[in-house]
Amino acid sequence: MITLKLPFEEKAIQSVRAGDEVILEGKLLVGRDQVHKKLYEAIMRAEQLPVDISRQAVYYMGPSPAPEGCVIGSCGPTTSARMDPYSPLLMEHGLRVMIGKGPRSREVAEAVKKYRGLYLQAYGGCGALYASCVTSSRLIAYPELGPEALLELQVHDFPAVCLIDCLPD
Amino acid sequence: MDAVRILPDDCRTLIAAAFERETSPAGRKALEYILKNISIAENSMLPLCQDCGLFYAFVELGRDSSIRPAAIERAVNEAALNAAQKAFYRKSCVNDPVYDRINTGTDLPVIFDWQLRDGKGASVSFLLKGFGSENCSSVRMIRPTDGEDGVVAAVLDIVRAAGGKPCPPMFLGIGIGATMDKASVLSKKALVRPADRPNSDQRYAALEKRILDEVNSLGIGPGGLGGINTCLAAAVEYLPTHIAGLPVAVSINCWADRKAFIEIEEGQL
Repeated sequence: MITLKLPFEEKAIQSVRAGDEVILEGKLLVGRDQVHKKLYEAIMRAEQLPVDISRQAVYYMGPSPAPEGCVIGSCGPTTSARMDPYSPLLMEHGLRVMIGKGPRSREVAEAVKKYRGLYLQAYGGCGALYASCVTSSRLIAYPELGPEALLELQVHDFPAVCLIDCLPD
Repeated sequence: MDAVRILPDDCRTLIAAAFERETSPAGRKALEYILKNISIAENSMLPLCQDCGLFYAFVELGRDSSIRPAAIERAVNEAALNAAQKAFYRKSCVNDPVYDRINTGTDLPVIFDWQLRDGKGASVSFLLKGFGSENCSSVRMIRPTDGEDGVVAAVLDIVRAAGGKPCPPMFLGIGIGATMDKASVLSKKALVRPADRPNSDQRYAALEKRILDEVNSLGIGPGGLGGINTCLAAAVEYLPTHIAGLPVAVSINCWADRKAFIEIEEGQL
């Protein structure tokens, strides 16, 4: 079991290996399908992004509404493969860690190794469990996307498993 | 209203048994977190999963019933709207699939399937269909001569392609026969049948068992992390079909087979 503090230090990321259980502590950006499409299009048009993605970790997730007394609603991972077309470009622009569920494309795996990042899998369907790991949630951009908006979370004791590490094959 | 938060006993029993049986450490870990999640959701107001799904309602109306279909439709819509608001559903429904994609803000409309049955009264089975798994559902039009082996091969092909994406261990609803569209509806209907009740036809019950065993031998495992528990239950429903065809539809559901069942008596609506 490895604890990974976010924002991370290079050395910490490079010591994680595929198959390792990882506990995340700290800051995660949150974005899924529409956020990825918007960030990708903004980069292609050479526009400024609404958030600095350099050296950041992104969690593929869209929460349910927060019941009274909760910071956030259920917030488990969504299927990562839908983000595959966008991830290599985001990594080229500084993104380093991705957290979702399920397999990635060859292009994403190559980008993780090229930019020395990580792809982690959170436990699918465990939305209530992950809600208990979030200590704060803040809207960053794209409020019009509703449950798909770009958020920033602080997480504690957030369990994941490494599926792709930065070592060459 | 509770279906989004509290897993039916049949599903829970299967998950607990899978945890006891699982031999892969990573797979066991995934099942351990799933069981923890089930317990947190049950003891809070949090849905089991942020994807609360689309509402699917299977209505069966007695041929001798005086209940008006429009009254059932209204009651189902009101119940769905109420659940989505009071049980903190994520609103996951968009109005137009290709162009607008504007969130309806209510999780409605409900997808309806209507069927007549003998007798009085009516019943409604609800399914909350999540889309991580639905994106892995598929249909194959195999040859009429392909028989049981062809059906099993088609199911394995679809599950293999799904891999770890649909949040395994999964439930499989399999619809066989009729036409492409009707086989697909049957495959959804199979998902609301109690998971511990096999098909009443012995040959189809044996087919369910064979599919369960062969899918579990694929080794995808809980969370796609490897292991002996890829599928918790496989349910088959079938109908007559054409001499030239053998449609096989597979609806994949994650480990959270969220369903509810209501009987409506004469005079109740």
